Amino acid sequence: MSIETQSSTQGPRTRGRAGNVALSGARGLALMFISLPGAVICFCFTLVSIALIPIGVGIVTTPWVLAGVRSFADRRRLLAAEWGGVRIPRAYRPLPEDANPWARTFGMLRDPATWRDIRWLPVDMTAGFVTALVAFALPLYPLEGFAIAAGLWRVLPDGYWYGFVKVTDQTSAFYAAGLGAVLLVAALWLAPLLLRAHFRLTGAVLGSGQGELAERVRVLTETRRDAVDTSAAELRRIERDLHDGAQARLVAMGMDLGTVEALLEKDPDKARELLAQARRSSADALTELRELVRGIHPPVLAERGLGDAVRALALRLPVTIEVEVDLPGRAEAPVESAAYFAVSEILTNAVKHSGADRIWIDIHHGEGLLRVSVTDNGKGGASIGAGSGLAGVERRLGTFDGVLAVSSPAGGPTMVTMEIPCVLS
Amino acid sequence: MRVVLAEDLFLLRDGLVRLLEAHDFEIAAAVETGPELSRALAELRPDVAVVDVRLPPTLTDEGLQCALQARRDRPGLPVLVLSQHVEQLYARELLADGTGGVGYLLKDRVFDAEQFVDAVRRVASGGTAMDPQVIQQLLSRRAAEDRPLERLTPRELEVLELMAQGRTNAAIAGRLVVTERAIAKHTANIFAKLSLEVSDDDNRRVLAVLAYLDRGR
Repeated sequence: MSIETQSSTQGPRTRGRAGNVALSGARGLALMFISLPGAVICFCFTLVSIALIPIGVGIVTTPWVLAGVRSFADRRRLLAAEWGGVRIPRAYRPLPEDANPWARTFGMLRDPATWRDIRWLPVDMTAGFVTALVAFALPLYPLEGFAIAAGLWRVLPDGYWYGFVKVTDQTSAFYAAGLGAVLLVAALWLAPLLLRAHFRLTGAVLGSGQGELAERVRVLTETRRDAVDTSAAELRRIERDLHDGAQARLVAMGMDLGTVEALLEKDPDKARELLAQARRSSADALTELRELVRGIHPPVLAERGLGDAVRALALRLPVTIEVEVDLPGRAEAPVESAAYFAVSEILTNAVKHSGADRIWIDIHHGEGLLRVSVTDNGKGGASIGAGSGLAGVERRLGTFDGVLAVSSPAGGPTMVTMEIPCVLS
Repeated sequence: MRVVLAEDLFLLRDGLVRLLEAHDFEIAAAVETGPELSRALAELRPDVAVVDVRLPPTLTDEGLQCALQARRDRPGLPVLVLSQHVEQLYARELLADGTGGVGYLLKDRVFDAEQFVDAVRRVASGGTAMDPQVIQQLLSRRAAEDRPLERLTPRELEVLELMAQGRTNAAIAGRLVVTERAIAKHTANIFAKLSLEVSDDDNRRVLAVLAYLDRGR
């Protein structure tokens, strides 16, 4: 599946046709030198390595060779996107980090994407090479025709063929120049087209038609598993909090009230004391329930939406936080909630670890994306991995196809940005 | 004293009506939804409105919005807002016009009937009643940030907290079980340390404290 990007349509307009042709030629030349040797080497190594599997050596070498093939293919994917505006999706199956060579080899060999790579190599070294060669040669060949007309014909042996023109004297040399001119005009159109054809060809063989879909399914499966895990853990936490907290207090309160009933006549002072205790218990139970609700779906979020909920959150933290919100509407509740808790986690991190005394939050929506950035003036050094809360945030956002980016050089500042695709109502 | 009451949960509304009637308030209307509240406030012109933040039909902050709108239409209309939770954001919005006669309390403050009724009376007479939770948040936040508060003694902080809730010196003295003169001394110290103008007006005192707490944002 290929998607046109802007570079292919903008090229001619910004550079002019001649420049574009020269660029295509140069790229064709580069591709010639990359595709032929690269594909030949990759193909030979792959065949040899796979052939060696039965005697054991291939088990060790195949993962390395196939990884090399993948990186070669990846480089070509990159070129296709940058030079031809053809996007070729990458759809390799993930391998477990600690897999042994055996599992690695057969895991890779079972992946249809591996076979698409191997099938692509001979195509690349033949048709791919030829298209690149022609894209390079087409703009150059007319120059020879002009050179012939300019006098080069004199030193050429009699009966030299330029294309289908036999050069014998100045007149036929002019014919050659004419043919060159026609070819040059053709090259103006054809050279960029040929290069595109080259990338299309790469895309057709290398990218599976279902690659993007398969990739999407894989991502969805992963994020669904994460979502199920998180919500199950969340339910367990809520259950535990209710059980240990509010529920226990209400039971204690009931017991106290029961005792009060018995003591009312005998010992009114003691009864009064217990009543006061029961009232405290009920107040505590309420406080706990309130905290619990805040942890599930903060009331301000329900009442006012993301912007004000983040503002309210900022007011509760002991750091000066500037909140800027530009949201023309409200996102769906689950998205709002995910964004809110992500901001909350990021802020908690920043307050706890960064040593920042100022934080800026910017929330806005554009091009179908809810974008939130949190910047602090702390000491930096935050990262998504390394057991930080940010990995959890990333996982949660993943459920909504959201992404998280962290820029935090040592010495600061730290900027955490997240984007969640959504529409506002 | 005529009260308009807005609360969507029947049990709570009923309880509040009984509680207020037991303390000699006249319930002009006890309504359930935002639009009903707006109409009641405009037509009945009560002495004080007791309003739940979250009301139908939107079940968001309809009650708060109605109260704010009513105060824009009739400046100084005393409004006591009750909520299941307290947020500085809402407290700020209520205090924004600076005319006083506002209160913002957690619903469970009705557990202590005397204090609750006292808060309603204070609001009705143009005073302020902020929930201790709001004040606590503000204080802890400021304490982490600002120098002047560090100069206060723990006792003075305690007094400041009660003062910020809208209590008079007499009430604070009663609460802390000391003489009113001791409180007067504490407040004078607080004002001196925070370089605030002393005023006899309780309401302005709270606003000054809140304004101070609000400073530098």
